[in-house]
Amino acid sequence: MLTCKEFLQELNEYLDETIDAGLRKQLETHITECPNCWVIFDTSKKTIQVYKGMEPQSVPKDVEERLMLALQKKMAAKCGKVKT
Amino acid sequence: METGDGAAVFDDTALVNLARDGDTSAFEQLVSRYERKIYRLARHITDSESDAEDVLQETFLKAYGHLDGFQGNSKFYTWLVRIAVNESLMKLRKRKSGRTVSLDEPSDNGDEPLVREVAVWEGNPEEQYSNEELRSILEKAIQSLKPAFRTVFVLRDVEELSTEETAAALDLSIPAVKSRLLRARLELRERLTRIFRKKGDDVLAYL
Ligand SMILES: [Zn+2]
Repeated sequence: MLTCKEFLQELNEYLDETIDAGLRKQLETHITECPNCWVIFDTSKKTIQVYKGMEPQSVPKDVEERLMLALQKKMAAKCGKVKT
Repeated sequence: METGDGAAVFDDTALVNLARDGDTSAFEQLVSRYERKIYRLARHITDSESDAEDVLQETFLKAYGHLDGFQGNSKFYTWLVRIAVNESLMKLRKRKSGRTVSLDEPSDNGDEPLVREVAVWEGNPEEQYSNEELRSILEKAIQSLKPAFRTVFVLRDVEELSTEETAAALDLSIPAVKSRLLRARLELRERLTRIFRKKGDDVLAYL
Protein backbone atom coordinates (compact mmCIF):
# COMPACT_ATOMS: atom_id res chain seq x y z
CA MET A 1 0.00 0.00 0.00
CA LEU A 2 1.29 3.44 -0.95
CA THR A 3 1.66 6.07 1.71
CA CYS A 4 -0.13 9.40 1.29
CA LYS A 5 3.22 11.06 0.73
CA GLU A 6 4.04 8.66 -2.10
CA PHE A 7 0.60 9.27 -3.53
CA LEU A 8 1.22 13.02 -3.58
CA GLN A 9 4.56 12.55 -5.30
CA GLU A 10 2.89 10.73 -8.16
CA LEU A 11 -0.15 13.00 -8.29
CA ASN A 12 1.04 15.03 -11.28
CA GLU A 13 1.60 12.06 -13.52
CA TYR A 14 -1.66 10.58 -12.38
CA LEU A 15 -3.54 13.78 -13.21
CA ASP A 16 -1.83 14.03 -16.60
CA GLU A 17 -2.42 10.35 -17.26
CA THR A 18 1.23 9.84 -18.08
CA ILE A 19 1.69 7.13 -15.53
CA ASP A 20 2.42 3.47 -16.20
CA ALA A 21 -0.35 0.96 -15.67
CA GLY A 22 1.12 -0.73 -12.61
CA LEU A 23 1.62 2.41 -10.59
CA ARG A 24 -1.73 3.69 -11.74
CA LYS A 25 -3.44 0.67 -10.23
CA GLN A 26 -1.73 1.36 -6.92
CA LEU A 27 -2.86 4.98 -6.97
CA GLU A 28 -6.39 3.96 -7.80
CA THR A 29 -6.38 1.55 -4.91
CA HIS A 30 -5.03 4.24 -2.63
CA ILE A 31 -7.83 6.70 -3.35
CA THR A 32 -10.52 4.13 -2.83
CA GLU A 33 -9.10 3.49 0.62
CA CYS A 34 -7.97 6.97 1.61
CA PRO A 35 -10.70 9.65 1.53
CA ASN A 36 -8.21 12.47 2.07
CA CYS A 37 -6.20 11.61 -1.00
CA TRP A 38 -9.38 11.12 -2.99
CA VAL A 39 -10.42 14.69 -2.13
CA ILE A 40 -6.98 16.01 -3.00
CA PHE A 41 -7.04 14.19 -6.30
CA ASP A 42 -10.57 15.32 -7.11
CA THR A 43 -10.04 18.98 -6.21
CA SER A 44 -6.67 19.10 -8.01
CA LYS A 45 -8.32 17.72 -11.12
CA LYS A 46 -11.05 20.34 -10.85
CA THR A 47 -8.47 23.08 -10.30
CA ILE A 48 -6.77 22.19 -13.57
CA GLN A 49 -10.07 21.84 -15.40
CA VAL A 50 -11.35 25.19 -14.31
CA TYR A 51 -8.18 26.88 -15.58
CA LYS A 52 -8.22 25.00 -18.85
CA GLY A 53 -11.83 26.06 -19.37
CA MET A 54 -10.95 29.74 -19.12
CA GLU A 55 -11.18 31.39 -22.54
CA PRO A 56 -8.73 34.21 -23.23
CA GLN A 57 -10.43 37.59 -23.24
CA SER A 58 -10.18 40.01 -26.13
CA VAL A 59 -7.24 42.36 -26.11
CA PRO A 60 -8.50 45.85 -25.14
CA LYS A 61 -9.25 47.93 -28.22
CA ASP A 62 -6.70 50.65 -27.52
CA VAL A 63 -3.98 48.08 -26.80
CA GLU A 64 -4.74 46.33 -30.06
CA GLU A 65 -4.72 49.60 -32.01
CA ARG A 66 -1.29 50.49 -30.69
CA LEU A 67 -0.04 47.01 -31.53
CA MET A 68 -1.27 47.22 -35.12
CA LEU A 69 0.19 50.69 -35.49
CA ALA A 70 3.60 49.56 -34.28
CA LEU A 71 3.45 46.57 -36.60
CA GLN A 72 2.50 48.60 -39.63
CA LYS A 73 5.41 50.90 -38.97
CA LYS A 74 7.75 47.92 -38.78
CA MET A 75 6.28 46.33 -41.89
CA ALA A 76 6.66 49.56 -43.85
CA ALA A 77 10.27 49.83 -42.73
CA LYS A 78 10.96 46.23 -43.73
CA CYS A 79 9.55 46.78 -47.21
CA GLY A 80 11.70 49.88 -47.48
CA LYS A 81 8.77 51.90 -48.65
CA VAL A 82 5.70 53.45 -47.13
CA LYS A 83 2.46 52.63 -48.85
CA THR A 84 0.46 55.72 -49.73
CA MET B 1 -9.25 23.99 -45.78
CA GLU B 2 -12.40 25.92 -46.59
CA THR B 3 -14.81 27.59 -44.25
CA GLY B 4 -18.53 27.47 -44.86
CA ASP B 5 -18.56 30.79 -46.67
CA GLY B 6 -15.86 29.71 -49.07
CA ALA B 7 -13.02 31.81 -47.66
CA ALA B 8 -9.76 29.91 -47.49
CA VAL B 9 -8.35 29.31 -44.03
CA PHE B 10 -4.60 28.92 -43.97
CA ASP B 11 -2.73 27.05 -41.33
CA ASP B 12 0.08 28.76 -39.45
CA THR B 13 2.88 27.45 -41.62
CA ALA B 14 1.20 28.67 -44.78
CA LEU B 15 0.63 32.09 -43.24
CA VAL B 16 4.24 32.28 -42.08
CA ASN B 17 5.43 31.47 -45.58
CA LEU B 18 3.17 34.11 -47.09
CA ALA B 19 4.30 36.67 -44.53
CA ARG B 20 7.92 35.84 -45.27
CA ASP B 21 7.25 36.58 -48.92
CA GLY B 22 6.01 40.01 -47.96
CA ASP B 23 2.30 39.40 -47.50
CA THR B 24 1.61 41.68 -44.53
CA SER B 25 -2.03 40.66 -44.22
CA ALA B 26 -0.91 37.08 -43.67
CA PHE B 27 1.07 38.19 -40.66
CA GLU B 28 -1.88 40.23 -39.43
CA GLN B 29 -3.96 37.06 -39.53
CA LEU B 30 -1.40 35.36 -37.31
CA VAL B 31 -1.57 38.30 -34.95
CA SER B 32 -5.33 38.13 -34.67
CA ARG B 33 -5.12 34.40 -34.19
CA TYR B 34 -2.79 34.59 -31.19
CA GLU B 35 -2.88 38.09 -29.70
CA ARG B 36 -5.41 37.15 -27.03
CA LYS B 37 -3.38 34.22 -25.79
CA ILE B 38 -0.09 36.11 -25.87
CA TYR B 39 -1.64 39.04 -24.02
CA ARG B 40 -3.10 36.73 -21.41
CA LEU B 41 0.22 34.95 -20.96
CA ALA B 42 2.05 38.26 -20.55
CA ARG B 43 -0.49 39.48 -18.01
CA HIS B 44 -0.22 36.27 -16.06
CA ILE B 45 3.54 36.37 -15.86
CA THR B 46 4.10 40.10 -15.37
CA ASP B 47 0.93 40.81 -13.37
CA SER B 48 0.84 44.25 -14.96
CA GLU B 49 -1.31 45.57 -17.79
CA SER B 50 1.22 48.06 -19.04
CA ASP B 51 4.04 45.51 -19.01
CA ALA B 52 1.75 43.06 -20.76
CA GLU B 53 1.07 45.58 -23.50
CA ASP B 54 4.80 46.10 -24.03
CA VAL B 55 5.34 42.35 -24.12
CA LEU B 56 2.54 41.91 -26.64
CA GLN B 57 4.07 44.48 -28.97
CA GLU B 58 7.62 43.28 -28.56
CA THR B 59 6.60 39.69 -29.17
CA PHE B 60 4.91 40.32 -32.49
CA LEU B 61 7.49 42.88 -33.62
CA LYS B 62 10.31 40.45 -32.88
CA ALA B 63 8.47 37.58 -34.48
CA TYR B 64 7.93 39.64 -37.60
CA GLY B 65 11.54 40.77 -37.63
CA HIS B 66 12.81 37.21 -37.24
CA LEU B 67 10.44 35.33 -39.51
CA ASP B 68 13.39 34.20 -41.58
CA GLY B 69 14.88 32.62 -38.49
CA PHE B 70 11.76 30.62 -37.75
CA GLN B 71 12.61 27.10 -38.80
CA GLY B 72 9.20 25.59 -38.94
CA ASN B 73 10.34 22.55 -37.00
CA SER B 74 8.50 23.87 -33.98
CA LYS B 75 4.97 25.15 -33.95
CA PHE B 76 4.62 28.84 -34.70
CA TYR B 77 2.59 29.29 -31.53
CA THR B 78 5.25 27.63 -29.37
CA TRP B 79 7.84 29.88 -30.94
CA LEU B 80 5.72 32.95 -30.16
CA VAL B 81 5.27 31.76 -26.59
CA ARG B 82 9.02 31.47 -26.15
CA ILE B 83 9.50 35.05 -27.29
CA ALA B 84 6.67 36.26 -25.06
CA VAL B 85 8.01 34.37 -22.04
CA ASN B 86 11.47 35.88 -22.50
CA GLU B 87 10.06 39.37 -22.82
CA SER B 88 7.85 38.86 -19.77
CA LEU B 89 10.69 37.55 -17.64
CA MET B 90 12.82 40.51 -18.65
CA LYS B 91 10.07 42.81 -17.41
CA LEU B 92 9.87 40.94 -14.14
CA ARG B 93 13.60 41.00 -13.62
CA LYS B 94 13.72 44.70 -14.36
CA ARG B 95 11.01 45.35 -11.77
CA LYS B 96 12.58 43.08 -9.21
CA SER B 97 16.10 44.39 -9.59
CA GLY B 98 17.34 45.61 -6.27
CA ARG B 99 15.27 43.01 -4.52
CA THR B 100 16.48 39.58 -3.66
CA VAL B 101 13.65 37.72 -5.34
CA SER B 102 15.09 35.33 -7.84
CA LEU B 103 13.06 33.76 -10.54
CA ASP B 104 15.41 30.88 -11.01
CA GLU B 105 15.75 29.66 -7.50
CA PRO B 106 12.59 29.90 -5.49
CA SER B 107 13.27 29.83 -1.80
CA ASP B 108 11.90 26.39 -1.34
CA ASN B 109 10.62 25.63 2.10
CA GLY B 110 10.71 21.92 1.58
CA ASP B 111 9.13 21.22 4.93
CA GLU B 112 6.14 23.41 4.40
CA PRO B 113 3.10 21.16 4.03
CA LEU B 114 1.69 21.32 0.55
CA VAL B 115 -1.74 20.23 1.61
CA ARG B 116 -3.72 21.79 4.41
CA GLU B 117 -7.30 22.17 3.25
CA VAL B 118 -8.99 18.92 2.46
CA ALA B 119 -12.62 19.50 1.60
CA VAL B 120 -14.82 18.65 -1.35
CA TRP B 121 -16.06 21.44 -3.55
CA GLU B 122 -19.58 22.70 -3.68
CA GLY B 123 -20.77 21.58 -7.11
CA ASN B 124 -19.11 22.94 -10.20
CA PRO B 125 -17.55 26.43 -9.90
CA GLU B 126 -18.45 27.11 -13.52
CA GLU B 127 -22.10 26.86 -12.54
CA GLN B 128 -21.79 28.63 -9.20
CA TYR B 129 -20.13 31.79 -10.40
CA SER B 130 -20.50 34.16 -13.30
CA ASN B 131 -17.72 34.06 -15.88
CA GLU B 132 -16.44 37.36 -14.63
CA GLU B 133 -16.40 36.37 -10.97
CA LEU B 134 -14.73 33.09 -11.75
CA ARG B 135 -12.11 34.76 -13.92
CA SER B 136 -11.24 37.19 -11.17
CA ILE B 137 -11.00 34.40 -8.58
CA LEU B 138 -8.73 32.34 -10.84
CA GLU B 139 -6.47 35.25 -11.73
CA LYS B 140 -6.05 36.35 -8.13
CA ALA B 141 -5.10 32.81 -7.22
CA ILE B 142 -2.46 32.69 -9.96
CA GLN B 143 -0.99 36.00 -8.85
CA SER B 144 -0.59 34.66 -5.34
CA LEU B 145 1.99 32.17 -6.60
CA LYS B 146 5.65 33.06 -6.79
CA PRO B 147 6.80 33.85 -10.34
CA ALA B 148 8.85 30.66 -10.56
CA PHE B 149 5.76 28.58 -9.93
CA ARG B 150 3.18 30.61 -11.76
CA THR B 151 5.15 30.73 -15.01
CA VAL B 152 5.33 26.95 -15.05
CA PHE B 153 1.66 26.58 -14.20
CA VAL B 154 0.57 29.13 -16.80
CA LEU B 155 2.55 27.45 -19.56
CA ARG B 156 1.49 23.92 -18.68
CA ASP B 157 -2.09 24.23 -17.51
CA VAL B 158 -3.35 27.46 -19.04
CA GLU B 159 -1.52 27.61 -22.37
CA GLU B 160 -1.30 23.83 -22.46
CA LEU B 161 2.30 23.44 -23.54
CA SER B 162 3.92 20.06 -22.99
CA THR B 163 6.42 19.50 -20.20
CA GLU B 164 9.23 19.52 -22.78
CA GLU B 165 8.04 22.74 -24.41
CA THR B 166 7.72 24.40 -21.01
CA ALA B 167 11.20 23.28 -20.02
CA ALA B 168 12.60 24.68 -23.26
CA ALA B 169 10.74 27.98 -22.96
CA LEU B 170 11.91 28.55 -19.39
CA ASP B 171 15.36 27.02 -19.69
CA LEU B 172 14.55 24.57 -16.94
CA SER B 173 15.18 20.88 -16.58
CA ILE B 174 12.24 18.54 -16.97
CA PRO B 175 12.32 17.46 -13.30
CA ALA B 176 12.30 21.13 -12.27
CA VAL B 177 9.22 21.76 -14.42
CA LYS B 178 7.50 18.76 -12.90
CA SER B 179 8.23 19.64 -9.30
CA ARG B 180 7.25 23.28 -9.77
CA LEU B 181 4.07 22.26 -11.51
CA LEU B 182 3.09 19.97 -8.66
CA ARG B 183 3.76 22.69 -6.15
CA ALA B 184 1.79 25.24 -8.17
CA ARG B 185 -1.16 22.94 -8.69
CA LEU B 186 -1.34 22.08 -5.01
CA GLU B 187 -1.08 25.71 -3.95
CA LEU B 188 -3.85 26.73 -6.32
CA ARG B 189 -5.96 23.80 -5.21
CA GLU B 190 -5.48 25.05 -1.68
CA ARG B 191 -6.58 28.60 -2.49
CA LEU B 192 -9.52 27.56 -4.59
CA THR B 193 -10.66 25.07 -1.97
CA ARG B 194 -10.93 27.90 0.53
CA ILE B 195 -13.39 29.57 -1.85
CA PHE B 196 -15.19 26.63 -3.42
CA ARG B 197 -15.41 24.23 -0.51
CA LYS B 198 -18.76 22.85 0.43
CA LYS B 199 -20.08 24.89 3.31
CA GLY B 200 -20.20 22.85 6.48
CA ASP B 201 -17.90 20.18 5.14
CA ASP B 202 -15.34 19.37 7.76
CA VAL B 203 -11.76 20.21 7.09
CA LEU B 204 -10.03 16.98 7.80
CA ALA B 205 -6.57 17.04 9.16
CA TYR B 206 -4.16 15.77 6.61
CA LEU B 207 -1.69 13.36 8.12
ZN1 LIG C 1 -3.79 8.96 1.27
